[in-house]
Amino acid sequence: MADQRTTWSFYGGLRMDDHKALSTERPLQRMPMPARLILPLQQHIGHSAEPAVQVGEQVKKGQLVANAVDFVSAPLHAPTSGTVIEIGDRPIPHPSGLNDACIVIEADGQDAWAELPEPLPDYHAHSSAQLRERIRWAGIVGLGGAAFPTAAKVNTSGQRPIDSLIINAAECEPYITCDDALMRERAGDIVDGIVILRHLIDARECLIGIEDNKPEAIASLRQAITQSGQQDIEIVVVPSVYPSGGEKQLIQLLTGKAVPSHGLPSAVGVLCQNVATAAAIADAVLRGRPLIERIVTVTGHGVGQPGNFLVPLGTAADVLVQHAGGYTDRVHELIHGGPMMGFGLRDDRVPITKGTNCLLAASRDEAPPAEPERPCIRCGQCAEVCPAQLLPQQLFWYARARDFDKVQDYHLFDCIECGCCAYVCPAHIPLVHYYRFAKTEIWAQERDREKSDLARRRHEARQARLERLERQRKARLRKKKEALESKSGASDAVDPKKAAIEAAMQRAAAKKAAQQAAPSSED
Amino acid sequence: MQFATTSSPHLSGPQSVTRVMGMVLLALLPGTLAMFWYFGWGVLINITIAVATAVTAEAAVLRLRGRAVGPVLIDLSAVVTAWLMAIALPPLLPWWQTVLGCAFAIVIAKQLFGGIGFNPFNPAMAGYVLLLVSFPVTMTRWLPPDVLSSGALSLVDSLHITFSGTPPLGQTWDAITSATPLDEMRTQLSQNLMISEIRESPLWGDFGGRGWEWIGNWFLIGGLFMIWRRVISWRIPASMLGALILVSGLFWAIDANTHPFPAFHVFSGGAILGAFFIATDPVSASTTPRGQLIFGAMIGLLVFIIRTWGGYPDAVAFAVLLLNMAAPTIDYYTQPRILGQREHEDA
Repeated sequence: MADQRTTWSFYGGLRMDDHKALSTERPLQRMPMPARLILPLQQHIGHSAEPAVQVGEQVKKGQLVANAVDFVSAPLHAPTSGTVIEIGDRPIPHPSGLNDACIVIEADGQDAWAELPEPLPDYHAHSSAQLRERIRWAGIVGLGGAAFPTAAKVNTSGQRPIDSLIINAAECEPYITCDDALMRERAGDIVDGIVILRHLIDARECLIGIEDNKPEAIASLRQAITQSGQQDIEIVVVPSVYPSGGEKQLIQLLTGKAVPSHGLPSAVGVLCQNVATAAAIADAVLRGRPLIERIVTVTGHGVGQPGNFLVPLGTAADVLVQHAGGYTDRVHELIHGGPMMGFGLRDDRVPITKGTNCLLAASRDEAPPAEPERPCIRCGQCAEVCPAQLLPQQLFWYARARDFDKVQDYHLFDCIECGCCAYVCPAHIPLVHYYRFAKTEIWAQERDREKSDLARRRHEARQARLERLERQRKARLRKKKEALESKSGASDAVDPKKAAIEAAMQRAAAKKAAQQAAPSSED
Repeated sequence: MQFATTSSPHLSGPQSVTRVMGMVLLALLPGTLAMFWYFGWGVLINITIAVATAVTAEAAVLRLRGRAVGPVLIDLSAVVTAWLMAIALPPLLPWWQTVLGCAFAIVIAKQLFGGIGFNPFNPAMAGYVLLLVSFPVTMTRWLPPDVLSSGALSLVDSLHITFSGTPPLGQTWDAITSATPLDEMRTQLSQNLMISEIRESPLWGDFGGRGWEWIGNWFLIGGLFMIWRRVISWRIPASMLGALILVSGLFWAIDANTHPFPAFHVFSGGAILGAFFIATDPVSASTTPRGQLIFGAMIGLLVFIIRTWGGYPDAVAFAVLLLNMAAPTIDYYTQPRILGQREHEDA
């Protein structure tokens, strides 16, 4: 196996303590089925799913409970059999802390499977479109955390051909080990998924990028590759530098290619998928199973028995933490995701979703309270670590001044919010927080502009419609009046021929006016 | 269970402004001790007066501005400014001039612009230049580089000079003071002496002024320490000294009798101190990688030009202040390309 492949490097980044041993000491455990499951309709990027069940309905395990409504959307399936007891707003894991629509299922304890679609072991015989349809049906989204619908991502038709399929096994953020656990336990499924993906997008080469701090996972993958006979899947071991698992960073590490700013990896002939996504694809295609569970790392000094757990989607975070030994008295913050990019949960009754890779019950030492912010001394440490090669201090300056044009000139939207800049800042400026503020302000402004454009168009259309109706009313009145006049004064011997011509001319004029008004009245 | 939430990242590195400034002070120690060795107690007296003035002035302005004093003073930036200015001053400077320069640096050049992070000019150099143009006599009255070893000036003598402004009883200024090598070189060259003749004076060491060359070496060690600890980047010192060596070497190659050897330029006056400790002040310098190279090189070039043809023997302070003005423009035109940005999209 050729793993002496040259790797490139990416700009910036951090070498950090990984704290991964905390959750890898115990083997992967299966979480018992909780009594109640909460499925947010939106747990992916794109449009919310639409409920396909009603309150009170019995559902079976794996049954579709919400439909994807759009190309960029994903359906949901029942993680166990039971009854739909509620469809309504509930707290969801989101940085806003707001509630959103969820389907709540009460488990009946039977865990009885619904009828599943046919497994497709001879996936070679199926077209790309058929395989994509299966992935779409299974509700698979990127399981590395971003949760972008996989069926949309692997649809590369109409784009340049894909040279390299890159499997992201880097898992670079401290504390998180769910992919590590998956690779140790289910390397065979990962390899199966990779082979399907490769067939699906017709990639010339396939590289697995993994950080050098996961020797067991590397050995396990290597063995699975040998067993499968897919010797041309290359494992590329990269140094543990955060954020090597960022999509653009990993692509640069493995291929030396820079994904264009504002562009997709396909622009440089690359498609990137997470290892857990590959395993989910194997489940969907080879076993006909939808995505109803995932591995979640529960870790930190705030939890009794840190480890990795195979968790039914919809399990409440507090139930999962209880299963992992409950909170210790050192718990200070509960972070959804890792310590660099995750967000704090205000309420621990939120469900585990497709994008939940880690729950970090952090002690005060693990997530120390922010030091007071001081003025920027322009030291430039932030620019030295920024993997997107931005100028974080300029972005900060303009974000704080609310100069949203300038902040975009400095490429705000290329920021991946990895947090390296804020980590090294000697003035303890919460830089990422400023960037998020600027991004949301810009989005809000764009929405407002769209809204006001729409309102203006509607107003104009309404004006045109009212004018048209008024003209038509007047024309009708005139006609009536003339008809009356011609009847009463028949003896006056108005030339009937002349009257008919006049009436026809008026009808034509009214019709013309109506046609002119018509195109803008469609609202 | 409910939790308090904070914004990511939830971790932060060990770095702080206090640590950065502390590192700078640590790096200044070898050079400062060398200055003490060659120029005696006046060096330490100046530092003490300057630090006390800077801290008092900073505290006073912060109080007037209604800001918390403690958290700002603890960042040590006022101490660094005072220290840098003090070691640039002649060791016998009257105390009130040190106080004036230092108060100007902190109050006018730093706090009136908004305090740390907002000053467009290097405060230490602004204070230094104010003194240089206001008090040319006292500001050029240096000592020969053996004050401590020869026992010429005791601590009491030094204190007497600093606080009374007069030479010790029975001594004259001429007996105890000496021009700096740069000043000497300048005066002698203007009298049409050749460098080979000038260098016969006992003021000269192996490659620069006696004593001065070793002070430069000790500051160099401190500077390399800061590069190693990533407190500063190599770009500004390397480009500044590189440009200075290049341009002085060029003129030296053309006429070695009227243009000193490049090492003389590097190891005299404030070149090394300026390259590692003053031009690298992040607040007032360029911050982009290419910008830092341009910024440093322009300072090096200006140092040579002012030393050779200008009205002052040394030029680091003027060169740094001039480039401070240019830094925002340099930064604007030297923005690095971001990941995945194509050449023609250069902003």
